[in-house]
Amino acid sequence: MSAGTTTQATGQGTAPAPAGRASHAPVQPGVPLLSVQDLTVGVRPSRDRTVSIVEGVSFDVEPGQRMGIVGESGSGKSLTLRAIAGLLPKPVEVLSGRVEYNGVDLLAMPAKKRRTLMGPEIAMIFQEPMTALNPVVRVGDQIAEGPRRHLGLSAKEAGELAVQMMARTGIPDPARRARAYPHELSGGLRQRIMIAMAVSCGPRLLLCDEPTTALDVTVQLQVLRLLEKLCDETGTSLVFVTHDLAVVNQTCSELAVMYAGHIVESGRVKDTFRQPRHPYTRGLLESAPDFDRPDRLLIPIPGFPPNVSDRPEGCPFAPRCGYVRPHCTEAMPPLAEVLPGRLAACFESDRLDDEVLA
Amino acid sequence: MTTAAVATATRAMRRPARSRSLKAWYRNGTLVAGMVIVGLLVLAAVFAPLITHYDPIKQDLQNALLSPSADHWLGTDKYGRDVYTRLVYGARVDLRIGFLAVLIPFVVGSVAGALAGYFGGWGDTIVMRIVDVFFAFPFYVLVIVLVFVFGSGEKSIYLAIAAVSWVAYAKIMRGELLVAKKQDYVVAARLGGMSHGRILVRHIAPNVMSQALIYAMSDIVLDILAIVTLGYLGLGIAPPTAEWGSMILDGQEFITTFWLQATIPGLAVVVTSLGLSLLGDGLSDLLSPERRK
Amino acid sequence: MNGTTTPETSEPSVLRVSALTKRYESGTSWLSRLANGGTGTLTALDGVDLHVRPGEILALVGESGSGKSTLAKILVGSTTASSGEVSVAGEPAPARRDKESSRRVQMVFQDPYSSLNPRIPIGRMLSELLLLHKIVPRSQVRAESVRLLNLVGLEEDVLGAYPSQFSGGQRQRLAIARALAVRPEVLIADEPVSALDVSVQATILDLFATLRTELGLSILFIAHNLAVVQHLADRVAVMYLGRIVEVAETAQLFTEPRHPYTRALIDSIPRMTETSVNDGFEVEGEPPSPYDVPAGCRFHPRCPLASEICRENDPPLLAVGPAHESACLKAGELALIPVPNVPQEHR
Repeated sequence: MSAGTTTQATGQGTAPAPAGRASHAPVQPGVPLLSVQDLTVGVRPSRDRTVSIVEGVSFDVEPGQRMGIVGESGSGKSLTLRAIAGLLPKPVEVLSGRVEYNGVDLLAMPAKKRRTLMGPEIAMIFQEPMTALNPVVRVGDQIAEGPRRHLGLSAKEAGELAVQMMARTGIPDPARRARAYPHELSGGLRQRIMIAMAVSCGPRLLLCDEPTTALDVTVQLQVLRLLEKLCDETGTSLVFVTHDLAVVNQTCSELAVMYAGHIVESGRVKDTFRQPRHPYTRGLLESAPDFDRPDRLLIPIPGFPPNVSDRPEGCPFAPRCGYVRPHCTEAMPPLAEVLPGRLAACFESDRLDDEVLA
Repeated sequence: MTTAAVATATRAMRRPARSRSLKAWYRNGTLVAGMVIVGLLVLAAVFAPLITHYDPIKQDLQNALLSPSADHWLGTDKYGRDVYTRLVYGARVDLRIGFLAVLIPFVVGSVAGALAGYFGGWGDTIVMRIVDVFFAFPFYVLVIVLVFVFGSGEKSIYLAIAAVSWVAYAKIMRGELLVAKKQDYVVAARLGGMSHGRILVRHIAPNVMSQALIYAMSDIVLDILAIVTLGYLGLGIAPPTAEWGSMILDGQEFITTFWLQATIPGLAVVVTSLGLSLLGDGLSDLLSPERRK
Repeated sequence: MNGTTTPETSEPSVLRVSALTKRYESGTSWLSRLANGGTGTLTALDGVDLHVRPGEILALVGESGSGKSTLAKILVGSTTASSGEVSVAGEPAPARRDKESSRRVQMVFQDPYSSLNPRIPIGRMLSELLLLHKIVPRSQVRAESVRLLNLVGLEEDVLGAYPSQFSGGQRQRLAIARALAVRPEVLIADEPVSALDVSVQATILDLFATLRTELGLSILFIAHNLAVVQHLADRVAVMYLGRIVEVAETAQLFTEPRHPYTRALIDSIPRMTETSVNDGFEVEGEPPSPYDVPAGCRFHPRCPLASEICRENDPPLLAVGPAHESACLKAGELALIPVPNVPQEHR
C-alpha cells in the first residue's frame, strides 16, 4: 500500500491501516520483488525417472510491475504460479530452481515461515472462488481472518477492515453482505470477496490464476478494472495467468508466453503483440479472432500441444512450426535477447522480423 | 487454412493409442499378479485328480493325524484323509460356488440398477427402497437366515447369496447410470434417433460395466467367505465333501497339537481373496480410462 | 453434396421459434426454495421469437442465465417448452421427438470429451447412424463415412480409431461429422470452441464457415465470445434474461447496436489492439436472478439510459431498421451515442 493510502486509512481513525506495510521486510534496492530462476516443476514417479511439466522457467517481476503469463492448457502456466505460492498439488513438486521473493529464496525457507508470508506479502486469487472460499463461514469473517492472524488486529477491528475492503472492491452494501455465505452471492461478487480477502493484508505481490475465466464478459470487465485500480493505488505487483491474450493486453504491461513447460517469449505486452519474435506467439495472435479487425483471416496453428510425457526433442514447438529448420529438432533453443527488452527461445527468430500479421 | 491442409496436419499428429494401452496392460503388475494367483488356483481345482493321487473323501483311520511327510505333504486329518488333497478338491467346491454365486446377482442387480438409474421415476423409487431394506440388514445375518429357511446345500447357498447381494450391484449400476445418462454422448445418441434399449445396451453398458465387474471380483471373495463361514457353522456343503470351511471346523479341535489342520485351509482362503482383490484392482486400472490417464 | 440440407427457396426459415416460454417450478425441494428465497418460478425463456434462415450462421449470444442453453435443449427436444412452438423447415416439431424429427435438428456440444462415446470406434459411430436412418444403402456406408470424415478434414484411417486417440479439436471435428451424418436441416452448435485451446479454435471456426459456404448448412451458433461471433456469424441475436433483446446483421449489430445491453457487451470485450479502448458505456452489477425478473424492461436496473418509462413498460422486440430489431424504448436515444472508433489501420 502506498504511503498516501496508508495516511488516508490512518486518518479515518476508525480502523487501523489495512496495510501492514510497517511489518514488511524493507525493499531491497536493485533486487526484483520476485525472481524465478530456472524453475523446474514436475513429478518423480520413481527414483530414476522424472517428468517435468515446467522446465527451466526464469523471469523477474519488479515492484509495481504487472506480468501476464499466457499459454494453453498444459503449458505449465498455472503450475508455475502455484510453485511460487507454494501450492503445488501432490505429487507435483519443484524439482530444481529458485523462487526469490525480495532477494530471499522461498524454496529454501521452512514451510512454516513461508506460510507467514502468504497474506501480508504474497496473496493469490483463484479461477473459481466457490472452491477457494469456505462454504460454511460468513464472507466477512473469511476476509477478517488474514488481518487477525497477520496484522494482529482484534476481531472487531478485523471485521471493520473486512467491510472496508469489501467497499473498496466495489461490493454494494458491504456491511450487510459481510454476513452472507458464499453461496448466497453471485459469481462476480464472490470473485470480489476473494480479491478483498487477497488484498486485506496489503500484499506486495498478487498472484492471479485465470481470475475472470468463469465470469461473464460484463462482469469480467468490472473485475479487471478493479484489479487494475487496486494495484495502481497500492503499487502491488501482479502475476496474472490466463489463456486470453486480450485480457493480458488490458491488464498487464509485461508478458511471458509459455508453451509445453517453457517460456518461449517474453517482453513488453504492446511490443510483443505488435512484433512477436517467436512463431508460437505469432501463431496465437494470428489464430485468435480480434474484435477490432473482424475481416482478418484467422490462421490456425496446425496440430496440438505435445503431451507432457512425450515432448519432442529440441524445440517443443517444432512439429507445429512453419519456420522449422532441421536444427530446431536437435536442441532446445535458449531464451535469448532478440530485441531490446525482448527474449525469445527460437533459432529462427530473425526470420519473423519483416513479415506483417495477416 | 483449407480443410485439406488441416487433414494432412491432423493425420501426422494423431496419437498412437494401441501400443500405449498394451504397454499399460503390461505395466499393470497388480493385474498380472492377480491373474497368476487366481489362474493357478483355478488350474489346481480343475486338474485336481492329476496333481494328487489320494481320494479326498475315503477314510483311512489307521493313518489319521499324521504330520507332514513325503507321502502326505500337509499331513492327514482325523479320518486319515490327505489334507493337501482335500485342500485341492476344496478349491473346486469353493471356487465353483464363489464364481457361480456372483453370476445371478451380477446380472439381476445390474439390470435392475441400470433401468432404475436410466429411467428414474417410480420404478427407481421402488427398486431403491428395496435396496435400502436389504442394506439395513447385515449381509451374514440375512444369508444365514435364508440358508436356514431354504435348507443347507449348494442350491440354497446360491439362492441365499443371490437374494442378498444383487442389491449391491443395483446400487452401483444406478449410480453409474445417473452419471452416464447425463453425458453428452447419450444425448447425442438420442438425437441420432436411437431407442432407449439400444442406447442402454450398446452405448451406455460398455462404459458402466467395469465398476460392476470390479465389484464382482471382490464379491467372489465375499461369497467364498460366506460359503466357508456357512461350512464352519455346519450350514454349508454336507460333510464328507472337501470344502475349506468344514476343513477349518474339523481342524479346530486340534489347533494346539496339529495346528496346520485349521491353518492351511484358512491360508487358502486368504490367498484366494488376495488373488481376486489384486485382479479386481488391476481390472479397475485397466477398465477405467480416466484412471489410466 | 447437397444432401445435408435441403434449402427450399419458398421457405423463409429452416428453424423458427415463436413465443417460446420455459418456466421451471422450483417447489421440488425445500432446499431449493430456501436457496432462492422462497420464490417459486424460474423463467428461463420468456417469449422467444427467432428464426434461422437457410444457409446462414445465426449467432445467439448472452451471459450465463440468459436462457441460451435452455433454448438449445428445447430445439433438440431434450426438454419441453412450457408454451410456444418450434418448427423445422416449415413443419412443426413435436415436443417429444421420434426418430425422424430428431434427425432434422442436430447438435454439436461444448465439451468434445463427453460428447463422444469412449467405447465406440469412429467407424461404428457413423455407420450406426447411417444404417439406422437408411441414409445410404449398406454397401455404401463405408464410402459415406469416409466422405463425412473428409468433409470435416479427417481421413479414412481414423475409422477404426477410438475417441481417446484424438485431441479436443479433432474430437470436435468428429462430433460435427456425426451431426452431419444424418443430414439435418439445421445444426445447433452450443459453444463449440469455448472448451478448445486458443490455437485450435480457429480451425473449428473455419470448418463451420466452410460448411456454410460449401454445403449451405444452416447453423445456430451459441456463444459468449463476441470476437468469435463477429468473425463467423451472418446475423446475431442477443439474449438477456430469457428474451431476445436485439437481432441484426453482424456488421450492423457491432457498429450500430440499438440495445444498451448489446452496447455494454461490445464495450466489455477485452481488446487485442492497444489503441482500442473500451469505455464510455459500462454497466454495473450482474444479471439479476431468473427467479426474479425485474418488472418493466428487464435490463433497466443496470441500464445507464433507464428512465421512468423503462421501469413501467416491458418493451417488445420491434424493427428499428432494415433487418434490425431491438427491444428498447430508448433505441433512438442510444443511436445518438457513437460507438468508439474501431481502429482499422493495419500494422
